[in-house]
Amino acid sequence: MSGISQEDVAHLANLARINIPADQLGHYAKQLDAILNAVAEVSSLDTENVVAMSHPVPMTNVFREDIPGVSLTAAQALSGAPAVEDERFRVPRILDEE
Amino acid sequence: MSDLIRKDASELAGLVSSGEVSAVEVAQAHLDRIAAVDGDVHAFLHVDTEGALASAAAVDAKVKAGDKLSVLAGVPLGLKDILATNGLPTTCGSRVLDGWIPPYDATVVTKLREAGVVILGKTNMDEFAMGSSTEHSAFGPTHNPWDLERIPGGSGGGSSACVSSFEAPLAIGTDTGGSIRQPAAVTGSVGVKPTYGGVSRYGIVALASSLDQAGPCARNVLDTALLHSVIAGHDPMDATSINAPVPDVIAAAKRADIKGMKVGIVKELGGEGYQAGVRSRFEESVTLIESLGAEVVEVSCPSFPAALAAYYLILPSEASSNLAKFDGIRFGNRVGDDGTKSVEQVMSETRAAGFGSEVIRRIILGTYALSAGYYDAYYGQAQKVRTLIKQDFDAAFAKVDVLISPTAPTTAFKIGEKLDDPLAMYLNDVATIPVNMAGLPGMSLPIGLAPEDNLPVGLQIIAPAMADDRLYNVGAAIERELLAKWGGPILGMAPELAGA
Repeated sequence: MSGISQEDVAHLANLARINIPADQLGHYAKQLDAILNAVAEVSSLDTENVVAMSHPVPMTNVFREDIPGVSLTAAQALSGAPAVEDERFRVPRILDEE
Repeated sequence: MSDLIRKDASELAGLVSSGEVSAVEVAQAHLDRIAAVDGDVHAFLHVDTEGALASAAAVDAKVKAGDKLSVLAGVPLGLKDILATNGLPTTCGSRVLDGWIPPYDATVVTKLREAGVVILGKTNMDEFAMGSSTEHSAFGPTHNPWDLERIPGGSGGGSSACVSSFEAPLAIGTDTGGSIRQPAAVTGSVGVKPTYGGVSRYGIVALASSLDQAGPCARNVLDTALLHSVIAGHDPMDATSINAPVPDVIAAAKRADIKGMKVGIVKELGGEGYQAGVRSRFEESVTLIESLGAEVVEVSCPSFPAALAAYYLILPSEASSNLAKFDGIRFGNRVGDDGTKSVEQVMSETRAAGFGSEVIRRIILGTYALSAGYYDAYYGQAQKVRTLIKQDFDAAFAKVDVLISPTAPTTAFKIGEKLDDPLAMYLNDVATIPVNMAGLPGMSLPIGLAPEDNLPVGLQIIAPAMADDRLYNVGAAIERELLAKWGGPILGMAPELAGA
């Protein structure tokens, strides 16, 4: 079930939006391979009739009355942003130039 | 150095409320202690001298006015740097949040402020709470006051070290797989992970949302209970918060009577892989528990050996999703935005520059475990193992009132010893992880020093969900006997720090 290559790490890093330098891919691949070998132990138990559990307590949707409350001002919400313009988060370009 | 720093939180609260000592004096004594020894210990990432003295002065004004005070008014505290604090830096031990100042308080912080607890500053931690040694902090490791060359546990090593070095009588930690209990064990302090949902997670930066829980750290069981009572309770801002009365942990800590109780030793948590001195102190505490009139039996939890593997699939999966928000767009640092790069490129450069290697490893691992084709074999299977772990606990608690084990397999190890071996590091939490998987409350209590290295050993006590009070009853009963045997608190045996 295991076996993770440098190419796999590069692909996963791209999906996770982390720019891992090429010369570190091998190091991560080796460590992740060892970890994946260890966590493969989850397959050692018989779970054929076991229901998966995502959460330790039974979850039900929580509703509240729709009453306006105090919330952050725009200035507060933007106070930690790396770049701001016109009371909005300023982001790098999101579309290719055409 | 003022003798105020060695006093218990309950004692300090009494002195402040009676007007014998001002809260400002208490805060100043601890700030002086931090100034003297934190250069060596490095428990704090940020000390808020001004804020601490101001909130202490506010408590003193209430004392003068004759206002009703909370059980911990005027008592200083170290706050793990994962809780959002309005106007104070919150870094999670990460470069990606270096300099970020939240515009709001976590609910736990709001409760502390309302109770007049004096927040001294923010304590060091493994980056985003990933680790068992605090070595993964981007701002350098914290040192164990028992031996400065050793780790104070993790991820909440700053919280355990500030308490055990007398920089603060109280601290707040968070525990996802043992990050309150293992640091308590290796520093000779007390730490409790409450029942999942017992303490609000609102404003606490999420690592693994289904496992994370904030809780109290202190130097004795009663102080831990007092802090627990201040921070616990239902919070409408946290959808997983339990809407039920908080167990009376203070009364339980004062009861300290385990006569007639049934205590289970978890067969799978102990023995091979556990240091000899950890085992011998654990066996002594079993004898002690029996001498107090409790019945001790062995119980088996056959799925526990797979808990570590399941945890290291569930945690990275949840973390890879939770940490997606640290992309340099809405808060934190942004790297590489020179006007020519796409948002994806800027995010990728920001995250590569902002995250340390352990965080990157776990995000990649989680991304892998959640990817199509592997999901059922990894994440899905781990969730089924989680069910089996819960069933093991349910079966055990049908027979006994509480379960016990060593908290950690070894005493504090040397800084650097396991840093390049992630799997060896993960093994530190082998006994604490099952508790998080099932959402149960757990305590680590100091039970002595390992004879071979004179370093503290912790006993883990586990109770059913929402029976947190049992931890305090059992812990206080054992503590009373050990204090009598030692002739004082275990931290009295720790070496004096050079700065003191």
